[in-house]
Amino acid sequence: MIRPNLGAELHLLQLSQIYGQHSVLRDLNLEVAAGQFVAIVGRSGCGKSTLLRLIAGLERSTSGRILINGEPLRSLNLDARVMFQDARLLPWKRVLQNVRLGIRHRSNDRAIWALQQVGLEERSQDFPLVLSGGQKQRVALARALVSNPRLLLLDEPLSALDALTRREMQQLIELLWQEQRFTALLVTHDVDEAVALADRIILLEAGEIALDLTISLPRPRDRSHPEFIRLVEQVLAQVMRSNQTAQPIFEVSTLR
Amino acid sequence: MIVQRSRLKQLIPWAVPISLILLWQFLSQIGFLSTRVLPAPSAVVLAAIQLARSGELFRHLLVSTIRAFSGLAIGGSIGFGLGLLTGSLPIAEKLLDTTVQMLRNIPHLAMIPLVILWFGIGEEAKLFLVSIGVFFPIYLNTFHGIRTVDRGLIEMGKVYGLQPAELFWQIVLPGALPAILVGLRYALGFMWLTLIVAETIASDSGIGYMAMNAREFMRTDVVVFSILMYSLLGKIADTIAKFLETNLLQWHPSYQIA
Repeated sequence: MIRPNLGAELHLLQLSQIYGQHSVLRDLNLEVAAGQFVAIVGRSGCGKSTLLRLIAGLERSTSGRILINGEPLRSLNLDARVMFQDARLLPWKRVLQNVRLGIRHRSNDRAIWALQQVGLEERSQDFPLVLSGGQKQRVALARALVSNPRLLLLDEPLSALDALTRREMQQLIELLWQEQRFTALLVTHDVDEAVALADRIILLEAGEIALDLTISLPRPRDRSHPEFIRLVEQVLAQVMRSNQTAQPIFEVSTLR
Repeated sequence: MIVQRSRLKQLIPWAVPISLILLWQFLSQIGFLSTRVLPAPSAVVLAAIQLARSGELFRHLLVSTIRAFSGLAIGGSIGFGLGLLTGSLPIAEKLLDTTVQMLRNIPHLAMIPLVILWFGIGEEAKLFLVSIGVFFPIYLNTFHGIRTVDRGLIEMGKVYGLQPAELFWQIVLPGALPAILVGLRYALGFMWLTLIVAETIASDSGIGYMAMNAREFMRTDVVVFSILMYSLLGKIADTIAKFLETNLLQWHPSYQIA
């Protein structure tokens, strides 16, 4: 079942992004191994979402390069799938058709399989209108995963959900990641979420990497474990410290 | 008991119109309302039967309906096409939108004298006026609809590798459809309004002509019946629009069949 090395390998070389006078990312260097789960945390406006947009190929960087499996990224990244903060389902298509958007021109079976993965196969003929916020995000996850992507980019996909649903979604994402071994990049405000899911936490501060922390706790992770709590505190302390020293920078329009 | 009560409730909306018609009939019969002012409802019904028997009614009805929908097809498709163009291409908007917005403020019925000079009272005049009447609501709503399609959905479509044509058919057009259908509904209203005026002023057939012709012979019963025909046609057009909305917009929160 498990196909090794399915995930994409990611290299960012001296990546910079400047909007007008404002530099959002500064000479960023980052290497992500295939199949790794990386969480990117940081304050609003630290460049997290910009980074994700660049890797998705939605924007061109001012300078620097992005290599996917050694190949430079020139336009839209077709290996990558994005999960946005809002589900972005097409309201005029039924759930199954929304999932099929991820694998156009291919059979329904695969889309039904993806819906089974997120536990929503019985809702396949409903319109998104009648789904709850958590269910919509699960459909969005099915749509993202239906094509077996090598890279999953998650832009705060759970921040609009209630605490209980968020916890369920985190477990689901972890489970599907373990099964399918794609590379995952999760942008999040929630340090707890980052420590629970990621192999590695990158803290971005004013467009630069301020912390690169490997998390080697066994999965599934126990949030009451002292080491878990210590790691959360460590990352939070770093975020708070940067809060005092970092210059206030304006909020760049993120993936809305 | 309960069945009776719900039937009674269904009748309530009809109570006022039915009483008014009865009152009208009564006032006509005692001679309080002159036939020259307003014919009795029974006379209107008799006129309807007479016109239907002679076949005149259906001839005029057919002519009016063909005019109305031909005008809608011409003006509507031009408005839709231009709306798509200015809505999707910023350069087309820059080039055309100011002009269209200026023209929009001219009441299209003000052009009747000019239209008669151009086309006489032939079919072209009516088609031209109806086309202009329906053009603006369809154009404006198509433009607005395309402009207000959720940018996030378009971005999502791009991330999922949709080509421009697929983006248009799968995301932009369905997203703009609610606004376009609102435009269609307005256009249907303008369509009948324009046709009534055009047929009344310059025509030799159609419901409007039937009414004007009857006026010459003091046939108030036929005039009133013509007016009722227009309201019926308007109602039918509105029902069609509603049918389209409930069928095409099942997914939309405002059109949920409870």
